[in-house]
Amino acid sequence: MNEKPVIEVRGLTKCFGSFTAVDNISFDVSKGEIFGFLGANGAGKTTAMKMLCGLSFPTSGTGSVAGFDINTEPEQIKRHIGYMSQKFSLYETMTVDENLRLFASIYGIPAKEARLRMDRLYRQLGMESMRRSLVRSIPTGWKQKLAFSAATIHNPAVVFLDEPTGGVDPLTRRKFWELIYRSASEGTTLFVTTHYLDEAEYCNRVSIMVDGRIEALDSPAALKARYGAETMDEVFRKVAVAKDTDKNQQGY
Amino acid sequence: MSIFLSIIKKESLHLVRDPRTVLIVLCMPVILLLLFGFAISTEVNNMDVGIVTDSHTQEVRDIISRISCNPYFTLKGMMTQQEIEPALRDGVVDAVLVLRESSGQLEHQVVADASNPNNAQIYASYLEGAMSGNAQEPAVGTTLYNPQLKSSYNFVPGIMGMIFILICAMMTSVSIVREKESGTMNLLLVSPIKPRTIILGKLIPYFILSLLILALMLAFSYTLLGIPFSVTALNTVWVSVLYIVMSLAIGLLISTVSKTQFTALVISGVLCIFPVTMLSGMLFPVSNMPVILQWISCAVPARWYIDAMRTLMIQQLDIMYVIDDVVILAAITVFVIVAAILRFSRNK
Amino acid sequence: MGNAIEIDNISKRYGKIKALDKVSFSVPEGMLYGLIGPDGAGKSTLYNILTTLQRPDSGKATVAGHDVIKGRKKIRTEVGYMPERFSLYPDLTVKENLEFFASLFGVQVSENYDMIAPVMTQLEKFPNRRASALSGGMKQKLALGCALIHRPKVLLLDEPTTGVDAISRSEFWTMLRSLKESGITILVSTSYMDEAALCEEVALIYNGKIVENGTPSELTAHLGENLYNASADQMYPLLEAVRELPGVLNSYTFGATLHLVTDATFDVASACDKLSASGLDNVKVYLAKGNIEDLFIRFCNIEDHE
Repeated sequence: MNEKPVIEVRGLTKCFGSFTAVDNISFDVSKGEIFGFLGANGAGKTTAMKMLCGLSFPTSGTGSVAGFDINTEPEQIKRHIGYMSQKFSLYETMTVDENLRLFASIYGIPAKEARLRMDRLYRQLGMESMRRSLVRSIPTGWKQKLAFSAATIHNPAVVFLDEPTGGVDPLTRRKFWELIYRSASEGTTLFVTTHYLDEAEYCNRVSIMVDGRIEALDSPAALKARYGAETMDEVFRKVAVAKDTDKNQQGY
Repeated sequence: MSIFLSIIKKESLHLVRDPRTVLIVLCMPVILLLLFGFAISTEVNNMDVGIVTDSHTQEVRDIISRISCNPYFTLKGMMTQQEIEPALRDGVVDAVLVLRESSGQLEHQVVADASNPNNAQIYASYLEGAMSGNAQEPAVGTTLYNPQLKSSYNFVPGIMGMIFILICAMMTSVSIVREKESGTMNLLLVSPIKPRTIILGKLIPYFILSLLILALMLAFSYTLLGIPFSVTALNTVWVSVLYIVMSLAIGLLISTVSKTQFTALVISGVLCIFPVTMLSGMLFPVSNMPVILQWISCAVPARWYIDAMRTLMIQQLDIMYVIDDVVILAAITVFVIVAAILRFSRNK
Repeated sequence: MGNAIEIDNISKRYGKIKALDKVSFSVPEGMLYGLIGPDGAGKSTLYNILTTLQRPDSGKATVAGHDVIKGRKKIRTEVGYMPERFSLYPDLTVKENLEFFASLFGVQVSENYDMIAPVMTQLEKFPNRRASALSGGMKQKLALGCALIHRPKVLLLDEPTTGVDAISRSEFWTMLRSLKESGITILVSTSYMDEAALCEEVALIYNGKIVENGTPSELTAHLGENLYNASADQMYPLLEAVRELPGVLNSYTFGATLHLVTDATFDVASACDKLSASGLDNVKVYLAKGNIEDLFIRFCNIEDHE
């Protein structure tokens, strides 16, 4: 691929006082790629993701997301990315229709266009019958698909998925990943964090963060070969444990 | 250490670890007292008066000279009937006294700016007082117990009625619901400890905090605000303790109906603060309310508490004079405690 | 040896929703037993009943030999419970939390310290740190310590590893195994299917029903038949292509490969040919070893079709 990377990060660093949460990380993510962003709790994933989403400024380093500079154009970035998290995704007390219309209007999609996109979405997902149901009354699997649709209703170049599948049953989890695959095959870039290491296998490339640094970054197959591991779980352990033990001494 | 003590210790630690809230809780009553005591005043000192009259008898001249000498009034001069409205509208005068001769009798009428009804009432009564003539002070009839009509006296019981509900009901309900929200309540419930021990252990630190505030407020009232001190002050303590217990029970009751800290906050805000300020007689005398509101105010415990406290603090009468207030307050307290306990055990 | 937990036909409804539907299983004394199921399957409701926080609508259950309704007071002294969410006091220190929970059961931290020592090895170093300042894994350890401080006979852990990273999770499981060695019965629930393999026996719960129970190897033994791995360089097109193959009943992603559930008519060689012919590179199809996750997906499919 000769295209310019959709996410490009050089020497990104974020300090909170004397604590360095993200320590000089650099990577590229290309168009249509599924990029797995792994790391133990507190390794700096969330902090790094916030900078990429234009929610916080780096202490030093440069980067661009969807063609916009993270230091100077955070507002433009927010317009051109989608974000979905397991913790919050949809308003439970609103209907399916109302939720999607809300997200469409947040991103400035004209009502007519929004209507068209929603109709297409409902047809694709086969959820026409649910459009007037309250979100809290529909099953988890549908909720997830809907949350993903809401995050992508403005056709963003990059979608950030922050632990999108926590606590979900294995079948729903897989159906969700098929949605991610389809989205990637249509050219969207997906940036995913997860605690399920089998999901790391579904990514084109995976980075593993330890103590604010990226300790490993490659395709799952290459990582497994390099660390002589059978699964990504093993890779993660080998990369993270060595570093993690001295951190535990301090209890953070 | 007994289970009970360790719960109290834990609860106190929560308070100690949140010094900001404790500071606010301790400072708020003091600030309110100072604010109402010194800054905010419902007394009327400088009243601008106009006079309209067509008769020039000795009687009228006496009245005019009394008004012009009186330090409470500033005589803005004589005016005609037509000038009354513009003068009131432009705020040149606060009230106008109209004197008219009718079949040998002097009739008078007070036209007051009632944009603040409270003030209008005071204007009218001041002028009436000045009319009757024998007093230099514009006394409203005769006022015993609070001869200068000092509003700060009146507000002390009102503020206390509000503060205790605020602190006891709001803080206890929020602290109990916080444990429900975080799931620690379940841990306590699955331990061998009895639910009533949990609740009592939670209430006691707030009870002590309330006593501290009570001491602080009484000390301020009797020193800085200069409310006359006498042995009856002891009675104010007992009545306040009863009111504090009731407020704690209300907090417990609120905690049994709220699932989130936010709900608890809203319920205690709406259910407690509103009636306490509006319907208790703290700001507006109960006797001036429409009958239906007077009936509703009977269910507001603060009404009885504030009434009792006014009698005890300002009139300094014996506890027997407020026995009806105390009995009603006690009845409400028992009712709330029973309701709270019933609801708490049903929720399990 | 008797059963530490016995659950017999327990049902519980919330309005129209059946949270638990005739659930029955038993946990022998001294076993590390897993309750595996996704969010909303009914795990927490079952825990609430076992810890006597809620009463079942029908059915019977005993914990440590005591009935959950009649013997609730006794259960409370003999059970250690760790709820789903982090449920300690964040504004209290490590030491204060421990002391508080010890005092609830009328015991001293010092007299039972041997019990929690393995859990506390790292936490010991900072007894005066507030719980809110601990890392996720450390919080879980402290919560476990608090649940163990009164030497319970039965430990009920509701999703102790949710939201905890892979390393802390595996440390946590190591701890559970050593606790089990000391004779405590442990019922642990999880939504991570891979953790099922770490239990001696498991019950799979879905939509309020126990769909299967037994040892992990028993449960997965018969899965090997008609289960294949498939891989190619282009994974998403592969997924679409295998769904068109004859004899494939179900297909889903599974780590780096796809799993194909097939019927007897499925033929590996012809499948490979067809997939290669449709323009996929490096096609491989070979027999797979199933695990709990495959089993679960099978049940989800059956349930969802009903």
